[in-house]
Amino acid sequence: MPIITYRDALREAMDEEMARDENVILLGEEVAEYNGAYKVSQGLWDKYGSGRVIDTPITEEGFTGVGIGAAMAGLRPIVEWMTVNFSIMALDQVINNAAKMRYMSGGQFNVPIVFRGPNGPAEYLAAQHSQALQTLFVHIPGLKVVAPATPYDAKGLLKSAIRDDNPVIFLEGELMYQWKGEVPDGEYLIPIGKADIKREGEDVTIVTYSKPLRVVEEAAAELAKRGIEAEIVDLRSLRPLDEETIYRSVKKTNRCVVVDESWPMVSVASHVGWMVSRNCFDDLDAPVELVTSEDVPMPYNHRLELAVQPSVEKVIKAVQKVMYLV
Amino acid sequence: MSRVFTIEKYSREFLIDLLKKMILIRRFEEKAGQMYGLQKIGGFCHLYIGQEAVAVGSIAALDLSEDYVLTTYRDHGHALACGMDPKVLMAELYGKITGCSKGKGGSMHLFDVENHMYGGHGIVGSHIPLATGVALKLKYKGEAGVVACYFGDGAIHQGSFHESLNMAKIWDLPIVYICENNQYGMGTNYERISSVRDFYKMGRSYGIPGKQVDGMNVLEVYEEMLQAVRIARESGLSSFLEIKTYRYRGHSMSDPAKYRTREELDEYRRQDPILLFKDALIEYGIISEDDYKAMDNECKVISNNAAEFAEMSEEPGLETLYEDVLA
Repeated sequence: MPIITYRDALREAMDEEMARDENVILLGEEVAEYNGAYKVSQGLWDKYGSGRVIDTPITEEGFTGVGIGAAMAGLRPIVEWMTVNFSIMALDQVINNAAKMRYMSGGQFNVPIVFRGPNGPAEYLAAQHSQALQTLFVHIPGLKVVAPATPYDAKGLLKSAIRDDNPVIFLEGELMYQWKGEVPDGEYLIPIGKADIKREGEDVTIVTYSKPLRVVEEAAAELAKRGIEAEIVDLRSLRPLDEETIYRSVKKTNRCVVVDESWPMVSVASHVGWMVSRNCFDDLDAPVELVTSEDVPMPYNHRLELAVQPSVEKVIKAVQKVMYLV
Repeated sequence: MSRVFTIEKYSREFLIDLLKKMILIRRFEEKAGQMYGLQKIGGFCHLYIGQEAVAVGSIAALDLSEDYVLTTYRDHGHALACGMDPKVLMAELYGKITGCSKGKGGSMHLFDVENHMYGGHGIVGSHIPLATGVALKLKYKGEAGVVACYFGDGAIHQGSFHESLNMAKIWDLPIVYICENNQYGMGTNYERISSVRDFYKMGRSYGIPGKQVDGMNVLEVYEEMLQAVRIARESGLSSFLEIKTYRYRGHSMSDPAKYRTREELDEYRRQDPILLFKDALIEYGIISEDDYKAMDNECKVISNNAAEFAEMSEEPGLETLYEDVLA
């Protein structure tokens, strides 16, 4: 099977969907002539032209709203946010327009649109350019939110997101664009709302998604050396959330750690932790542990910024805690 | 203030239709205000009384089989001018299942996807990019339509207005931006919060031609809109109209409008767009006073029937709560 990068997987998904459906357009800052700030859209402008791959001014609220209006009128736009940090400028459009148009019109309008870009901590970027903002979107009814961690999942989920009749927030990662993985030739789709077991194990369930998957996989390998077999549940979709897959795993292992690189308060991690505590109460042998980023803005200094985020050591420690080994 | 109506060039049918639509909006809004007072309608309810000539005159210049309308939360007048059924609108104001948005939108969120009435939007200025996006779709698909985007003087300082005009110009989009300058953003006169007195000049910063229009003269509104629509349709270019108007009621039903004088209100009532146009039509022998009274009565009956329909309609069932969150 071909091995390609996460970046190329995303581009293949967009390319295939644009070839398949002329209503799919791509707009955002630097997506066309510059080939994308992170080169995700490399070559698409050459192939599809300025009418379909559209460079916008630096006006996040404006071009996000333009995409939503075009979606209301029947196009299927992909709006690239250069980074999700800048989507804060566009939150009114996403929350008040994209998410609510169908409901407040009594079902008259669909908003088939994808908002995509890199989310989460990167390196040496400090507080405004290095943060995990998924909670802002996951909170909102009317949105779907996905955050794939592998090239295979990224391609299959992006194709599903483009074909979905709802607004989908598609969260990537600056540091993930170079990650490589197997992606088959030919078309496949991954349904939104389905988690994936990335590693099977009997002793503890580790629920995670997006970039921390690698940290969790490393921790699981280290734990295996110590005789502890962790099962890794990769959520892939945050809204809707695949509760069944989580519960099935926890009911098997009786222990649960949630690893999430966003902040701890009112997060995907805290929500999953609450749901598992409530719905698997009789199966749990220990309280659910959370591993999140520290509750501070991201510092610039590398030693400090690494200390903020989930690490292999933090994950191992949390697993040891739910197994009463520390 | 005297106004010139060039009645001769229009058909009798067209002129009467304009007048009747304005009267219908007036009577519908009065009924809505009355029913709000009786607590049949709740929440925010922004009446269009005084501004009727703007929606009626400008929408008369559109062909809604291919053109689109997006407006603010003060949307009853536009919805009626787009030909939406007064019963369905009143039912939406009442929050009934027979309303255009099944009782989930209310006064501020009137929509009719079939007739290209694309809302009814509640956040000041937030729909201006949406309208620009609809225009992008028209251009991308090579369709003939034009977008009419309405907003108030209060919205003109939002970034979304400026961002949208810039994009409309760089992409040459077929859209007419229409600022209904009723002179008060809620309770604040625009002269107190704007560095610019004549808003029509603001389009020029983006290379978009602007014009100031008398919003109390329905035929002037129609003519200026017709020109702007022609530019959009034939050349695919944007225009900006500042239509000067006045709302007689408060910002919403809960606003007693103490920020303006009785004299100011009386001065505008003397320039009432309906009375001025009615007088002109009588003067030119298009209608008689009795014809006007008959029309007025008919509009009152339509409005009463709308309220009765809303009253008799069912509440949405609780089972609809989770419907239409997602497609």
